[in-house]
Amino acid sequence: MGELDFDVIGRSLPYLLKGLQYTVQLTLVAALGGTVFGTLLALARLSSFKPVALVAAGYVNLMRSLPLLLVIFWFYFLVPVLIQQVTGSERPPQIGAERSAYITFIMFEAAYFCEIMRAGIQSISRGQIGAAYAVGLTYWQSMKLIILPQAFRNMLPVLLTQSIILFQDVSLVSLLNVTDFVGAAVKIAQRDSRIVEMYLFVAIVYFVLCYTLSLMVKRLQHRIAIVR
Amino acid sequence: MIEIKNVSKWYGSFQVLNHCSTHVRKGEVVVVCGPSGSGKSTLIKTVNALEPFQKGEITVDGISVGDSKTDLPKLRAKIGMVFQNFELFPHMKITENLTIGQIKVLGRSPDEARERGLKMLDRVGLIDQMDKYPGQLSGGQQQRVAIARALSMDPIAMLFDEPTSALDPEMINEVLDVMVELAQEGMTMMCVTHEMGFARKVAHRVIFMDQGSIVEDATKDDFFGKPRSERAQQFLSKILHH
Repeated sequence: MGELDFDVIGRSLPYLLKGLQYTVQLTLVAALGGTVFGTLLALARLSSFKPVALVAAGYVNLMRSLPLLLVIFWFYFLVPVLIQQVTGSERPPQIGAERSAYITFIMFEAAYFCEIMRAGIQSISRGQIGAAYAVGLTYWQSMKLIILPQAFRNMLPVLLTQSIILFQDVSLVSLLNVTDFVGAAVKIAQRDSRIVEMYLFVAIVYFVLCYTLSLMVKRLQHRIAIVR
Repeated sequence: MIEIKNVSKWYGSFQVLNHCSTHVRKGEVVVVCGPSGSGKSTLIKTVNALEPFQKGEITVDGISVGDSKTDLPKLRAKIGMVFQNFELFPHMKITENLTIGQIKVLGRSPDEARERGLKMLDRVGLIDQMDKYPGQLSGGQQQRVAIARALSMDPIAMLFDEPTSALDPEMINEVLDVMVELAQEGMTMMCVTHEMGFARKVAHRVIFMDQGSIVEDATKDDFFGKPRSERAQQFLSKILHH
């Protein structure tokens, strides 16, 4: 194995930080997008209009039954071909790995956030929606002002925990040759033959970040409980 | 004001309401009582369409509740409702609970809504609680806030669905006092309750329900004097002896 040379980290730090920045950015966008679409999916799943509920349930169950890596490959390799088939253009559209990663993660996480938000909405007593309707609020007003704020608040620790998992899962995009944090480290490791140093460094950074965040979520959990 | 004609409702094959007909005139106080599972809560919830019904017709102030063309939010805004479990919005301060409907539904300005809401809060004797959250109040206080919330919408009628059933005994009277006052001021009220003292004091009519049907619909004096149905007599003798 030879001498360990941790200077490689210092030398390649700007490149690694750029990778980390992409990882954080993708995590935030996917968590936000996933929450928005997941909430809409949850409302659809709970809809009394059966076709809407069925389509949403089908989507969520499909996404949750497939390995994330497969979904990433599907969106990157097969969806452009499908679009080509459908539109009949000569070449598949160039979506690009980074853009493909954003779309994939938002759509994939939406399924998971949907189930969290669905549990959150169902945790609110049915009397609350009755009370909201009784003062004259419409369905959308009742959801926006009464039900979702409470559901979101109840589920915030779970949503954040899911986001921490997402932060780790984002590293899979390195397989599309995207330079996320892991991707950047792998490239340096191979270029400079410093595999041990780089992989150790990445592991430590992930551990410190994720563990700190999960401690913060735990503290938050105690603080936000609504007094009833 | 409220006309209920031949209303029937089923949950699957189970009939919860069976050809119910009655009415509440303007300024009238009608108490609905009966054993649990008799459909009284369901009946009162059909009046503002919180519970749909399959047959019959209900009109409030001349507007048909069951008509799919009816603007339900607009209709519900005219009818105040008080629930067994208060159902204040726990994530909002008392003032926000009082103003949200006025602002979002009636289109009042925040200042106007606040003024009206606080006036109602003062009326139920809780003005000093305005900046608290519902969870910081006792059950009786929460229910009085719920009444204030309904009143701030300037309703033409009030529905009460077992407003004291979830309360500790010592808090029942503070809520009943508010309701008695309302009744004496001429508010149109339909109340599902077992508080026969309240019924005796302010009700004009008493409706007795059993197994989804209206068994007795009589003036207060007739009801307490000589209920015609055996079922109502049994019920009364059971709840009045204790």
